[in-house]
Amino acid sequence: MAKRLKAPLTDDEVQSLRAGDEILIDGCLYAARDAAHKRMMAALEQGQILPFDPAGQIIYYVGPCPAPPGKVIGSAGPTTSGRMDAYTPALLERGLKAMIGKGDRSREVIAAMQKYGAVYLAAVGGAGVYLAQRIVAAAPLAYPDLGPEALLRLQVESFPCVVAIDAHGNNIYEQVRLKLGSPANKEEQDDKEQ
Amino acid sequence: MREIYYEQIKAAVKQCVLKANLELPEDIEAALRVAWAGEDSERARGLLQIMLDNAEMARQQRMAICQDTGLVAVTISIGQDVHIVGGDINEAVNAGIREGYQEGWFRKSVVTDPLERVNSGDNTPAVIHYELAAGDHFIITVLPKGAGSENMGQLTMLKPAQGWEGVRDFVVKVVKEAGGNACPPVIVGVGIGGNMEMASYLAKKALLRPINRRHNKPRLAQLEQELLKMVNRLGLGPQGLGGATTALAVNIESYPTHIACLPVAVSLGCHATRRSSCEL
Repeated sequence: MAKRLKAPLTDDEVQSLRAGDEILIDGCLYAARDAAHKRMMAALEQGQILPFDPAGQIIYYVGPCPAPPGKVIGSAGPTTSGRMDAYTPALLERGLKAMIGKGDRSREVIAAMQKYGAVYLAAVGGAGVYLAQRIVAAAPLAYPDLGPEALLRLQVESFPCVVAIDAHGNNIYEQVRLKLGSPANKEEQDDKEQ
Repeated sequence: MREIYYEQIKAAVKQCVLKANLELPEDIEAALRVAWAGEDSERARGLLQIMLDNAEMARQQRMAICQDTGLVAVTISIGQDVHIVGGDINEAVNAGIREGYQEGWFRKSVVTDPLERVNSGDNTPAVIHYELAAGDHFIITVLPKGAGSENMGQLTMLKPAQGWEGVRDFVVKVVKEAGGNACPPVIVGVGIGGNMEMASYLAKKALLRPINRRHNKPRLAQLEQELLKMVNRLGLGPQGLGGATTALAVNIESYPTHIACLPVAVSLGCHATRRSSCEL
């Protein structure tokens, strides 16, 4: 049974999540990818405020397709999170509680997630239409000149994710790499024995 | 001398990019169904089901399968007896992409300069390859490839002494390092031989072959099967979150090489590898 989450997230909620939990998100997400992150970092370096307060919020790493007529948004699946690793600790320090993307995160990001209390959620990469159906509203928030990389505020309903890395350092990608309890591990063992 | 018109090329490219981005190739959809049936893990099955549902929704609703509608790699096989009339062939290809991406409401994902990084606004230019040969044929193939998988490709120049074992270890390493980034279950394109750029070209070309067709050389067909088994033993599974299906297929292409060379390139295609072809 999937747990339901809605931003702003509390520390208790974040701490209670475990890698492998299935999640359905309702409410607000901030859509930002490479170029928007770069701008936000530049703003922080210059002592300016960010276009939104990250405290308690969720960032979705996405650069959607343009909305076709009659649709709220175009195809909108997650992008590779690793490209945002360099920017993420600074946002976690300012209270960001969750990120949605695909693929593993760096050691530094995982350490910062433990330090500040945050989770990393995996959405299904390449399922852009499926996930767009769960987005009920989309509004530009900042950096419109970045086109598909502009910062957006999204409203979602039952947006499906899996907790890939929790606030305690448990990481599904790592578990899978180390083949903990995977049937593939058994097969390899069998081969070695032969 | 056969004449082919600028407008014909433009229209064909436009149709190809629309079809590729909206309709998942049948061979890939079929392989995803087989993968679904072969997974024991509930999570892996759930993820594969979402991928299958997504492909269906994209086709029905005419929305891009994936928001990363890619940098378009275009291969044009052209006979030497063909004469292009009415304009620049490169411009015809880019005009087709421009119109297709506008009409399809696809994302514009190309920056005009790799360091300045300003979006070109119309998803052009494409990366265009020409294959010139005898005859009067004209075949356009498009591969709009997303960056999640493209960024995970690698090239190595092995020593000939490393042989098949060296190739095999490199391919498995690349898939493992890609993890969930390349959107597994992936299609593994492997280019062996030629020189540095030829190996990369072959790896990309390997992704164009339907995945239910093995190489026509029995030896390479056997190696494709062997590599697929090894890659799937990694257990990365759908989205790198664990499971039996890390890859749907391994496609190898090879070419003669130098006595001192063994170039190997791997290009990964995601579970939504999009391709379309059209013959004029």
